[in-house]
Amino acid sequence: MKKALTIVALAAAIGIAPAHADTVKIGYMTTLSGSAGIIGKQMQNAVELALEHKGGKLGGMDAEVIFADDQRKPDVAKQLANRLIKSDRVDVVAGVIWSNLLMAVMKPVTRSDTLLIGSNAGPSPIAGEQCHENFFSMSWQNDQTPEAMGKHMQDAGVKSVYLMAPNYQAGKDMLSGFKRYFKGEIAGEVYTKLGQSDFQAELSSLRAAAPETTMVFQPGGMGINFVKQWKQSGLDQVSKLYQVFSVDAVSLPALKDAALGILGTQSWSPDLDNDINRKFVADYKAKHGNYPSFYAAQAYDTILAIDHAIATSGSKDTDQMRAVLAKGNIPTTRGLLKMNSNHFPVQNFYLRDTVKDADGVVTTKVLSTVFADHADSYAANCKF
Amino acid sequence: MTSTLILEQTFNGLQAGVTLFLVAAGLTLILGIMDFVFLAHGAQVMIGAYFAAAITAASGNFYLGILLAIPLTFASGYVLEFLVIRHLYRRDHMEQVLATFGLILFFNELIRIGFGPAALYSDLPPSLSGFVEILPDTPYPAYRLGVIGVGLACALAIHLFVSRTRIGAMVRAGANNPEMTAALGVNIRILFRLIFAAGACFAGVAGMLLGPLTAVQPGMGEPLLILSLVVIIIGGIGSVRGAFIAAIIVGLVDTLGRVFLPGLLRLVFDQATADGAGPALASMLVYILMAVVLIFRPTGLFPAKG
Repeated sequence: MKKALTIVALAAAIGIAPAHADTVKIGYMTTLSGSAGIIGKQMQNAVELALEHKGGKLGGMDAEVIFADDQRKPDVAKQLANRLIKSDRVDVVAGVIWSNLLMAVMKPVTRSDTLLIGSNAGPSPIAGEQCHENFFSMSWQNDQTPEAMGKHMQDAGVKSVYLMAPNYQAGKDMLSGFKRYFKGEIAGEVYTKLGQSDFQAELSSLRAAAPETTMVFQPGGMGINFVKQWKQSGLDQVSKLYQVFSVDAVSLPALKDAALGILGTQSWSPDLDNDINRKFVADYKAKHGNYPSFYAAQAYDTILAIDHAIATSGSKDTDQMRAVLAKGNIPTTRGLLKMNSNHFPVQNFYLRDTVKDADGVVTTKVLSTVFADHADSYAANCKF
Repeated sequence: MTSTLILEQTFNGLQAGVTLFLVAAGLTLILGIMDFVFLAHGAQVMIGAYFAAAITAASGNFYLGILLAIPLTFASGYVLEFLVIRHLYRRDHMEQVLATFGLILFFNELIRIGFGPAALYSDLPPSLSGFVEILPDTPYPAYRLGVIGVGLACALAIHLFVSRTRIGAMVRAGANNPEMTAALGVNIRILFRLIFAAGACFAGVAGMLLGPLTAVQPGMGEPLLILSLVVIIIGGIGSVRGAFIAAIIVGLVDTLGRVFLPGLLRLVFDQATADGAGPALASMLVYILMAVVLIFRPTGLFPAKG
C-alpha cells in the first residue's frame, strides 16, 4: 500500500513549463492531499497570490514555482526533494509544513548547494547543532510559540496547568518550550495519539482532575476535534482553555462560535497593522472568500523573502541570496523580519483572542505583545 | 482514579465500541458472506457524514439531515455495487485490494472536488447538547448516550434481521453455499447487492453520528477502517455477533488503555519513561489483543458457521 501511495504522490506533484536562463525556479513542497490537504492548499493559494502581487517576477526575474505534494510522508518528501534538485534543477526549495519532513529533506537540499527556506516547521536540531547555512526559516522555532504562551500564563498569575499534546517530536518540543517559561504546577501531562479524532476519554480524565487551566497543542484537524469536544463536554465550567496552533483560520470555519474567547499565541495575526499584511489579508479574502491562516502568511513571506534576496543581490546565485537573507530586514507580513545567527527569525510573539469581525466571521485578534524580538534558545549551539 | 471516572470511561469505551460495530458489521458480512475484500468501507463513513452535515447545514435540522442521509448512503452503496463491485467478485483478493484502494482515493478526491479540502462545519443538535447524570455528580454528554443507544438498536436490528427473517435466512444460506442457494431460486446477485448497500448504510450511519463530534473532512473514515478490520478478525469473519462483541471489547480496551495505562506505568517507572512508553503501548494494545486471539482462536472468537 505504501508503494502505491508513493507512486500516487509522485504523480500528483504538479509541474509547470520548463525554465530558461533568467528564470528563477522554486520547488515548493507542501501537503496537498489527505486530511491535512487544506493547510497545503492555503499555502499554495498564498504562494500564488505573492507571485500575482509581484507580477509573476521575483527580484525582476521571471519566476516559476513547482508545487510538490509530500503526502505528509518523510520518505515521499525526500524523494521529491531529490527530484526537485536533480531533475527539475530548482534554485530554491521552500515550504514544508511538518518537523519530521523538514528533518528528512534538510540534508539532501542544503548539501546540494541549494537554498532551503522553511515556511512552517522549526525543529530544534535545525536551529542548533544540525543547522546549515543554506537553511532559512520564515516561520519560528518550534519552542517559541508555546514559550510565549508559558510566559503569558506565568505573568497572568496562573497557578496550575494541565498539558495535552500529540505523542510525537513536535508535541514534546511544544510542551518543553511551554515549561521553560511557566513555573507553576503541572497538574497533568497527557500525550494523545497523533491524528486522534475522539478525545472524550482524555476529557473525562481532565474533568476528574479539574485543573485551573488547560494548555493544548493539537494542530490541524485534531484542533477541530479537540475544541469541539471540549465545548460539548461543558469543560469551560471546569477549566480555562489556552492553546497553541490549534485554533487558526484552518480550523475556525469548522468551529465557528465554539472557538470564541479561546486565547493563543502566535507570531502573526490577520489584524497585524502594516501595509504588506493589510494587502495580503484583504486580497486573500477577496480571492478565496475566507481568512488566510498563519501557514498562508508564512508561505507568502517565503516568496517575499526570495523576491527580496534576488532584488537586493541582483542574482539567483545561492551564495549571494544567502548573504542578503542572513542580514535580515526582510519585508514580510510581520514587518521587517530580523534574522538570528542560526537563520531563524527574531520576532514578536502576540497573545491572540478569538473574536467575531465586523461581518460576524470568527477570526483572531491581537490582544498584546508577549515577547518583543524574541530569539530562540538554540542559536548558540549553531556553528556553520 | 475514582469509581465514577472508571464508569465514565467505560461509557466512553462503549460509545467507541458501538461506533466501531456499525462500521465492522457491514465489513464482516461483505468479507465473510460475499468473500470480497473491501478497503473503501471508510469512504462510506465519510459519505454518510458529508450527506448528513450538508443536509443539516442546508435545512438547519439535524434530524432531517440524518433521516435523508440514511437512504442516500444506502443508494450510494447500491449504485457502487452495481457499477463497480459486482465486476470484481470473481477476481482474486489482491486485485480486489488494489481496486478498492483505488476507490478510497477516488472518493476522497470526489469529496474534495465537491466540498473543498476544508472540514465542514457540524455541531450537536441543540436538543442533544445537554448532559445526563449517569450517577450523581457525573454528567455525561446526552449526544454520546444517544450514540450508544442508536448503536445498540442497530445491533439488535441486524441480529433479528439475520437470525429471524426469511431474507436473513437467505443471507446465511448464501454464505454457506452460494451455488446451491442460487439453484433453489434465490437471486444471489440481488441479495449480495442488498447486503453491500446495507453495510454501506450502517457505515454511513456511523459517519453521521460521528459528524457532530469530529472533523467532517476527506479521509475521516480511514482510521476506523483499520480498527474495524481488527474487530472482524477478533470477532470471526462473517459473524455479526462476533463483530458486536469484538467491537465492544476493542472500544473498551482502547479507551481504558489510553487513559489508565500511563498512570499505571508511572507507578513502576519514572515520569519521563512512563509518559513516553504509556501512549505508545496504549496505542498497541488492540493489536496485541488481536495477536493473542489469533494465537488461541485462529478463526476468531465467534467463527461464522458453515
